[in-house]
Amino acid sequence: MNPWVVIAIIGLGTYLIRLSFVAAFGYYGVPAWLESPLRYVAPAVIAAIVLPLLVAPEGRVDVSLDNVRWIAGLVAIGAALKTRSLALTIVVGMAALWILQALL
Amino acid sequence: MTTTATPARSGFATGLAAIAPLLLGVVPFALVVGVAAANSAIGVWPAWATGFIIFAGAAQLVTIDLFDSGAAAAVIVATALVINLRHMMYSAALASSFRAFPAPWRFGLPYLMTDQAFALSITHYDDHPDPVYRRWYFFGAGIGLWAPWQAGMTVGVIVGAQVPASWSLDFAVPLVFVVLVILAVRNIPTLVAAVVGGVAAVVGMDISYNLGLILAALLGVSAGVAAERMRS
Repeated sequence: MNPWVVIAIIGLGTYLIRLSFVAAFGYYGVPAWLESPLRYVAPAVIAAIVLPLLVAPEGRVDVSLDNVRWIAGLVAIGAALKTRSLALTIVVGMAALWILQALL
Repeated sequence: MTTTATPARSGFATGLAAIAPLLLGVVPFALVVGVAAANSAIGVWPAWATGFIIFAGAAQLVTIDLFDSGAAAAVIVATALVINLRHMMYSAALASSFRAFPAPWRFGLPYLMTDQAFALSITHYDDHPDPVYRRWYFFGAGIGLWAPWQAGMTVGVIVGAQVPASWSLDFAVPLVFVVLVILAVRNIPTLVAAVVGGVAAVVGMDISYNLGLILAALLGVSAGVAAERMRS
């Protein structure tokens, strides 16, 4: 499908999600059955996206020294836990990748 | 005549001032999305336009990344929208305040909704009941993030096109996601959701059209809910 169409659908869908309860008169909250699952969407989906990028950057699982990305990823996890800062984690993670690429 | 502080003026200024320190986290994120856009398989224009059309960092990055890995259109749409589902909670929480706004504001302001604008407004509204002040405050916080976001992405696109591939700047994309996961993991059930979702995605990596990602998300969310029930 044309990328513009896909992006337009995501854009419209995102807007409608943001608008949802603001426009929906008479409804004052997220239904109870949805509240608990919503709490786990962000950690589950984002982890599902990032883990393959780290342990299988070439499309197959590789947690050896040939793949520096999972090691740099571990360093970045440590940095993120310690600093909770996006900018600092990017700096530390990129530095770790470059050093590992130079060494290995 | 003096420029007395009208509710509109002071609401807007207070919103802008409140969002400013948060830009330290927003601008690097925008740069990374811009760099990813510069090197995207779908071409730089549609990837760059996600800033205006979607205006949600994680969903934009996922969209660009999934296009590049050749995922099916339905999977891209589903994943991006699922990531943005949390905005439904924001919408519900702000609904009673927004309902006092005229229609153009009520329908316009949600476009500017972000994690940051929501978090600032919902706490600030407690002590500021005036609807005129409130809508200008949200607009200040919203546009105060929107403009730097577009600017940061644009700089990222320009820089990203110049930097050679040997610098591996594409690694900034997983780094952003790493931070987002760490910030989202706040207790045992969220940790369970992240671990199950991540491991399931690796196991299901070879399922066609990246459907494994949807499956992993479902498993992760279910595991999180189950862990929450076991604790209570």
